[in-house]
Amino acid sequence: MSLDKDTVKKLATLARLDLPEAELTHLAGELSTIMQFVEQLGEVNTDGVAPMASVAHMNLPRRKDEVTDGGYPERVLANAPDAMDGFYTVPKVVE
Amino acid sequence: MSELTNLTIADARAKLAKGEISAVELTEAHIQAMEAARGLNAFVTETPDLALERAREADAAQKKGEAGILSGIPLGIKDLFATEGVRTTASSKILENFVPPYESTISANLKKAGAVMLGKTSLDEFAMGSSNMTSAFGPVISPWKRKSNSNAQLVPGGSSGGSASAVSARIAMGATGTDTGGSIRQPASFCGIVGFKPTYGRCSRWGTIAFASSLDQAGPMTRTVKDAALMLQAMAGHDPKDSTSANIALPDFAAAMTGDIRGLKIGIPKEYRPDGLSAEISKLWDDGIEMLKAAGATPVEISLPHTKYALATYYIVAPAECSSNLARYDGVRYGMRVEGKTLDELYAKTRAAGFGQEVRRRILIGTYVLSAGYYDAYYTKAQKVRALIAEDFRKAFETVDAILTPTAPSAAFGLGETNDDPVAMWLNDVFTVPASLAGLPGISVPTGLSSEGLPLGLQLLGRPFDEETVLKVAGVLESAAGFKATPNGVEI
Repeated sequence: MSLDKDTVKKLATLARLDLPEAELTHLAGELSTIMQFVEQLGEVNTDGVAPMASVAHMNLPRRKDEVTDGGYPERVLANAPDAMDGFYTVPKVVE
Repeated sequence: MSELTNLTIADARAKLAKGEISAVELTEAHIQAMEAARGLNAFVTETPDLALERAREADAAQKKGEAGILSGIPLGIKDLFATEGVRTTASSKILENFVPPYESTISANLKKAGAVMLGKTSLDEFAMGSSNMTSAFGPVISPWKRKSNSNAQLVPGGSSGGSASAVSARIAMGATGTDTGGSIRQPASFCGIVGFKPTYGRCSRWGTIAFASSLDQAGPMTRTVKDAALMLQAMAGHDPKDSTSANIALPDFAAAMTGDIRGLKIGIPKEYRPDGLSAEISKLWDDGIEMLKAAGATPVEISLPHTKYALATYYIVAPAECSSNLARYDGVRYGMRVEGKTLDELYAKTRAAGFGQEVRRRILIGTYVLSAGYYDAYYTKAQKVRALIAEDFRKAFETVDAILTPTAPSAAFGLGETNDDPVAMWLNDVFTVPASLAGLPGISVPTGLSSEGLPLGLQLLGRPFDEETVLKVAGVLESAAGFKATPNGVEI
């Protein structure tokens, strides 16, 4: 599978990465090399094999549905690059 | 280097317990070593004041007879573990100024055991790399030099390169690492130290900055197998805050090192000796087999038929998980922010400016293999091959007790000696990735030197949650190999 520049541009948009044109061309070459490398998995017969999402053979643990943490907005916001009045801020979303 | 910085953790514990040395003395010696070796760039952040404070607490605890298992032991903490009040960067610009308001379970466990944190060690950005060259804060240098050219700077391996460099250079007695595809074991091999990735689920991932959640696992990096056992004892354990943390009782890891491996069967996988494996690595492996045989174990040739597909599987699964995990860096809640006219523009500008080249590349691959139309062809397919790789190991462990392989296909390479081909770079992990996919415990033990005088390691793998057998065999291998070399400029 070979990726062209337009495909990489679309991927960059999906991944929210604002990449310069020059890098897109370079990346198209690199990503194509990588995808050609992983293509070899096509050789493997996986009929009837269940996909493995995790090696942890366990049931998802459950706990009581109760509040165990929280109540410190100032700590939560301490690393926000532009917090204001106890909130995160973003550019205007709703017109 | 002083006598104090060359002690093993086990010896230092004994001296601290007898009152022959104090934790403050031991810590001061390591702080001096850390300052003297700044040229290695092993630390992103040094925390000498905090270290001395912890050392004083350790001395007080020792006097009261309340010393923990690592009381007063100076350690490096990989900068992927969130440390409350201490900047935690993942060696990325996007987290350059991130100061966590919470402590990771691993670093909290070490603190509880009395360990002294010297600082945060560097890594490949978000643990993505095998050289420590992708750090946003510059490459880490290995303390080792080639015989033929002592001017060439070598990489420490990665991604836990700062930890490996610091432990090897006698700056820290041990350090934490994380291993997703070999990030503990490969740098340990490059730097002539021991690196142990326990079974997936042994160490909590809570508060560890995520790369690929189904693979990430923390472990110790030390100068001896015994020290690795002691450090793991403090790090491991069930944590309700990580749903994949195993609720299994912890054995006494150090006690497992009985030195007796008579009757154990050691698997030698034929697929790990591909055409083109260097003669030096091949001989190192043969020597290791002989050492275990001489100690009474029986080598058994085994086959792990899907080995050749492990790298391709890994480079679908890991980037897929990486692209999901790194979606959280949005320029809004924490980390770097580059303003934009719209929210989407803010996201895209922030992420392009904050992530380095290798991270961007992996996010794009992950986005691709998870995108509509390709998900089944790539991601589901890789998950199925992963199941086959795990099954290969499960079958092998029906007949053998441990598996011996080389850790890496070569000794450390030089800075700037690599090419741009990402696939060529990934071959460093060819021997470590399969066990990561299967979630198995794996340790790298230094057993020899290359013709250039650089360390080479062998890897031992075990059954899930059978760290004890791995440590037992590793201890015997370590004694038989008698690896005593230290990096140039560091006298023993």
